[in-house]
Amino acid sequence: MTIQPQNLKYCESHEWVAPPADNSGIATVGISAFAVAQLNDIVFMALPTVGQSVSAGQEFGEVESVKAVSPMYSPVSGEVVEVHSELVDHLDRLNADPYEQGWIIKVKMSDPSELNRLLDYAAYEKMCAEQG
Amino acid sequence: MLVRVGYATPTLEIWPIRDPHLQSNDLNMTEASRKTPLHSWHVNHGARMASFAGYDMPIQYQGIVAEHTATRTAAGVFDISHMGRLRFDGSRADQLLDHLLTRRVVDMQPGQVRYALVCNEEGGILDDVLVSCLESPSSKIYFLLVVNASNRETIVRWLQPHLADFPDVEFHDVTDATAMIAVQGPKAISVCSRLLPASALQLGYYRARVTDQMSKPCIVSRTGYTGEDGLELIVRAEDAERVWENIMLSGREQGISPVGLGARDTLRLEAGMPLYGHELSEHIDPYTAGLSFACNLKDRSFIGCEVLQEKSKGSLPARRVGLLVEGRRAAREDSHCFDHENRPIGTVTSGTFSPTLQRPIAMAYVNSEMAQVGQSLEVDIRGTRANATIVDLPFYRRPQ
Repeated sequence: MTIQPQNLKYCESHEWVAPPADNSGIATVGISAFAVAQLNDIVFMALPTVGQSVSAGQEFGEVESVKAVSPMYSPVSGEVVEVHSELVDHLDRLNADPYEQGWIIKVKMSDPSELNRLLDYAAYEKMCAEQG
Repeated sequence: MLVRVGYATPTLEIWPIRDPHLQSNDLNMTEASRKTPLHSWHVNHGARMASFAGYDMPIQYQGIVAEHTATRTAAGVFDISHMGRLRFDGSRADQLLDHLLTRRVVDMQPGQVRYALVCNEEGGILDDVLVSCLESPSSKIYFLLVVNASNRETIVRWLQPHLADFPDVEFHDVTDATAMIAVQGPKAISVCSRLLPASALQLGYYRARVTDQMSKPCIVSRTGYTGEDGLELIVRAEDAERVWENIMLSGREQGISPVGLGARDTLRLEAGMPLYGHELSEHIDPYTAGLSFACNLKDRSFIGCEVLQEKSKGSLPARRVGLLVEGRRAAREDSHCFDHENRPIGTVTSGTFSPTLQRPIAMAYVNSEMAQVGQSLEVDIRGTRANATIVDLPFYRRPQ
């Protein structure tokens, strides 16, 4: 599966979610290139465990840069079915590619309609341009 | 008695102190509306700006770690114009300052700089400052006090009754008339070698003199807040951008980087230097803060002296320590410290991931009986405990 920023949905708090490309109901979650650039110098990431449940808008982990720690909020509700645990030891992948290589968790969605409440690429880009 | 230091070529006064336009009377300006003379340079060079002590300041340009590393390995240039610069003229200026500062001032010779504290009657720290004794090109001896931006108004207010007691001392807040630029790092002196006269480059550590930067008047001191060798320059506000550009140009081939307040904080933390509002406050005395070296108590009568006499002899409830924290997560300000029996023993005042040590470091106040180098303890980092060990400060010492 290729993850293209244009095809993702976004939270205002800069997490992205790739809607399932098949009928698995499994969405992939990460943080945007804008977030990575803003955080700068990421040194640590705290991730959930497989089997943990997450809710839309609730914290599922944290990302820490030299200067500050920022919570990551889940764009959707459901159960964590996969965690990109090697990412913690290769945080530079986030700088190189926060989409394909920098995905963070996969969530089996309990309510796919939550995707409709998120920003599309154009709306998210506009929001970032205003913040940038 | 003051000993004169000769100058090869007399330069201009750094500011015409009698020109009322160059005095700062705008201490009531709205918060965050203040800009340093280098503000537009920062904005034009892509700095991420944020409000700090009422100033719109650069937090970072290319990134905290890159700027931090540039300062440790080559040179960094910092706009520190937000720091307050207070000038005292008159034959009794030394006596006035001697009454306000924890270090002796009356014996200072032109060219000397001292780190000192301003304390209240209870021995609480109102600010930590650098006091310089300078000789102007017209052979006038005066004193310059560099104070924290966040404390400038407090200190100016604190001065007022004492200035009234010393009517012959002329006081000028010259902050807005001037800019202050730090050049720090192993290549700092070399970067400045094309820009400053030899007399300025040969200054010893904690020495200062009035000189010029390509005919622009300039006060140079061998001081800094990074743990590196380097200089701090005070120039006229209207010359600031030229001087800054000259430094950037001169340092380009040597890997100089502009450095924002983000890396200024990680650099000073690695160097074990306290920051007002974090390690220092009105509720902390110099002995608790580990700054006994900044107090001369013998035969002195400065404000707070009597209380500090007691503190220097008595037992202190807590002490400032350095912590090496295990794992990758940094213990930040206000994280609580516990002993292994889960008893609260202290609080973190500053913490970061150290770019040089590649691990989290912190400073904390810890109960005196636990505040021993090698002591193991636990820090609560947002609900999870991490082990930490008390270590000697500083965390980083530059290679000699």
